[in-house]
Amino acid sequence: MSAAVDYSDVQGLVRFGFAHMNEAAYLLLRVRNPAAARAWLDQAPVTTAADRSPVPSTALQIAFTHQGLEALRIPQHVIAGFSAEFLSGMAGDANRSRRLGDTGANSPSAWRWGGEGKIPHVVVMLFAEDGQLDTWQQSVATPLFQGAFEEIGRLDTSDLGGREHFGFIDGVSQPQLDWSRARTVSVNGNQLAYGNVVCLGEFLLGYPNEYSRYTERPLLDAGEAGSDELPQAEDQPAKKDLGKNGTYVVIRQLEQDVRAFWQYVDEATKSLHETGYGLAESMVGRRLEDGAPLVPLSQSPVPGVGDAGSAARRRKDVQLNQFTYESDPDGASCPIGAHIRRGNPRTVDLPGHPKGLLAQAFHLLGFGEANLHDDLVASVRFHRILRRGREYGPALSPGEAVQPAPSNDPGRGLHFIALNANIERQFEFVQNAWMARTKFDGLTEESDPLLGNREPVKGCPFTNAFSIPQDGKARKRLVEMPQFVTVRGGAYFFMPGIRALRYLSKTGGA
Amino acid sequence: MDRVPMMPQSNLLVAAPLRAEREAELRALLASMNEAPGRVNPANDILPFEQFAQLHVARLVILEDQTVSDLHLAYGGSAPNYPLILAFLADFDGSADAFRADLAVRAGKGLERIFSCCHGFTAGTDIAQWMKKHETPPATNYINWLGRTVSQVREEDALRLALEDHLQSHASLFAAMGLKETHAALREFMLGEIRAGRLAVTPQPPTPLGWRLHNLLHLVGVPLLLLLLAPLLILYLPIFAIQLRSREKTDPEIAPRVKASYAEELATIEDYDVTNQFTAMGSLKPGLFRRWTLAFLLWALNWTTRHIYTRGQLARVGTIHFARWVFINGRRRLLFASNYDGALETYMDDFINKVGWGLNLVFSNGVGYPSSRWLILDGAKDEQKFKNFLRRHELPTQVWYKAYPGLTAFDLKRNTLIREGIEKSSLPDADLRQWVALF
Repeated sequence: MSAAVDYSDVQGLVRFGFAHMNEAAYLLLRVRNPAAARAWLDQAPVTTAADRSPVPSTALQIAFTHQGLEALRIPQHVIAGFSAEFLSGMAGDANRSRRLGDTGANSPSAWRWGGEGKIPHVVVMLFAEDGQLDTWQQSVATPLFQGAFEEIGRLDTSDLGGREHFGFIDGVSQPQLDWSRARTVSVNGNQLAYGNVVCLGEFLLGYPNEYSRYTERPLLDAGEAGSDELPQAEDQPAKKDLGKNGTYVVIRQLEQDVRAFWQYVDEATKSLHETGYGLAESMVGRRLEDGAPLVPLSQSPVPGVGDAGSAARRRKDVQLNQFTYESDPDGASCPIGAHIRRGNPRTVDLPGHPKGLLAQAFHLLGFGEANLHDDLVASVRFHRILRRGREYGPALSPGEAVQPAPSNDPGRGLHFIALNANIERQFEFVQNAWMARTKFDGLTEESDPLLGNREPVKGCPFTNAFSIPQDGKARKRLVEMPQFVTVRGGAYFFMPGIRALRYLSKTGGA
Repeated sequence: MDRVPMMPQSNLLVAAPLRAEREAELRALLASMNEAPGRVNPANDILPFEQFAQLHVARLVILEDQTVSDLHLAYGGSAPNYPLILAFLADFDGSADAFRADLAVRAGKGLERIFSCCHGFTAGTDIAQWMKKHETPPATNYINWLGRTVSQVREEDALRLALEDHLQSHASLFAAMGLKETHAALREFMLGEIRAGRLAVTPQPPTPLGWRLHNLLHLVGVPLLLLLLAPLLILYLPIFAIQLRSREKTDPEIAPRVKASYAEELATIEDYDVTNQFTAMGSLKPGLFRRWTLAFLLWALNWTTRHIYTRGQLARVGTIHFARWVFINGRRRLLFASNYDGALETYMDDFINKVGWGLNLVFSNGVGYPSSRWLILDGAKDEQKFKNFLRRHELPTQVWYKAYPGLTAFDLKRNTLIREGIEKSSLPDADLRQWVALF
């Protein structure tokens, strides 16, 4: 029996999206005074994942970049135990930027924050119910806080009622975390059916992941300064676990050019003699009106879909998420390059449902794939992310968007936030292999229709197309698609568990 | 036997120990062949790769294995002291003799400059002969698509681009066409383009008779030999199992994370093309048991890559263009060199999740590999240790060339399928649907 999760040691964002708190702001801070910062952190009103009644009306979450841990004077050998991506940072290495598609207009050198010289130490995330955010921030920003931190940026958010700026319902497909720790995975066996329940260790450090292993994180020897504060490492009982109940937070400020999007779609719709929002829906993979997927729902249930919450919530989840792309191998219903198909291709370890050991062995040896695209995409259970992003800037309807922009058109977009235990295998993999790559699932000359940077790829004539396969006919293809989303900032943070936060607030040197 | 005529690919690996005092000079010379790190100048005047119409991929790499003392650390004994080796690898169409002769003619001077940094090369040496003398054959060699030549790759790519262009510029016409009409219209367009000399679909020359005989002999010979040896192998199997398990239980793992600076050195030369090179090296675990096990396995694997995995896939992996496993230093060390599509992380993901068993089969005979059971279980499934192990054994490749940047192995497969389909005047309905979906 695995030990139960101590919710009171986990920051609440891992378990809740704080959806009822429709106001939020993320404060990007640099440590001005380490001692004061530690003192504030020690008594910071951090919201945990424990159930509370009544539900709180405000929340606060804290995460650190590796520069932040250094600013707090956490010992170097402890910091060195974090993952290589975290230690390098989102913008710290041109090779990483190349892999993430952060080139051209997305280059970190042009970022508003997160690039060289503009890297925050700490992000303090504030959430509040309607009208309460200002008061909440004032109560957080005590004189101690002011002395401890310098605010180098503030990411405001806006509530678009569950839709993102292009107008689509957002954030509806999330992995279901295995909080009860009931899920077991076979190390050498293959999962043959898609499921939405994912091992806790994919999102929280200190628990087994989808490989049945504990992801690398800083472990301290018992007796090391401050280690008494920390829980025991489950896999190495002699060690204290700084990662336990913590996670990595990826924040990216994604500016959306809503006008360019709808103007492009409008033109393409006319030139292809189409009507309505069909082209935009093909690019996304869901209907604009209700978010329903373009592929038909599966007859059989998907584990982890529609099995939690109220009856209405279950029904909704089934309508939005009980599907895979098995019934649509050529993409005639939902284009292979559609945004949600790239983001979560709903693939399994071994496709084709081989029955029996012999059939499995046959597939393992690479035989028996019926369709051209079978087995091109990695199994998705190793590449899930938990999304907690929020929009910013004023809404713009498709009708308004096709009008010329006023001279003072405000910026709008998404503060993309992803939680994961292994940045390289989860966020970076999805961003590199599925979103940015022009060769995803056998496609060519196209990256993600929404997120792609359209930058040239050596040897390819262009990268700005989007193919829409047709049943019984040649494909339609959108071409010369401009860049709709530009990265304006970003960083990798570590969001510690509550005990780890206490360690961080007590341990730093002078 | 495949009756379609074809020109099979060949490969070579020239390996020679470096003169220590010339190492810096060689590194500078190799660097001068690149426009920037990781980006070769295909027209460089040392070895102008692009002039070799038969050349698919090539690399020059200094085999500097930073894990060479692992053997000593893990098992004691004296630390081996290998000289650095310069390796030149190439995969090309046609025979090695013809390629070597071509190299001598077009790049003789440049190769002389390179190889004069190695022991055993003196000015005036016949370069082709010298290379032949310093060649090491692979224990296992993998070719993504047997007999697909560089010129075929180029013709098929031009064909697809022309067809896509035609589809695009006549989109409203094609929108009203069914599958059969679409195929017919594209075929008619292609035939017109061929007549106008704007496209070419050149038939392959007849398969060399010598190669066919040799291949047939190999196809039949290996299973025959295994059949003959079967009684002995079966008798030995229980002993083998005991020997294997006792070692697997005690062999130490050496898989720390690589230094950030080393990871950066490797990453700096990756992800410019849609394809990357991968060169890795390591020592075999000590003793004859591992040496003979691995030699036997690679010999058997080579039969599968030669006769089974010849059209687009190595087991479940369809992203490798060319790969080989080569014994170095009398089967004490193994070199693995491949050309794969995507980023290293996706490559390793395929390794672990699709062919972990196959990786274990081979690399678990190497020092420090994550613990495996029964030669195929666990091992690579210890994801982070395995990735650390691979990165630690990976070597920076000084010069790497691929003849068709921008094209993945899947692109090549799709283009071939497009060409095969359009060459036929009509396709059955089921094939027609799949063919039109190729665009």
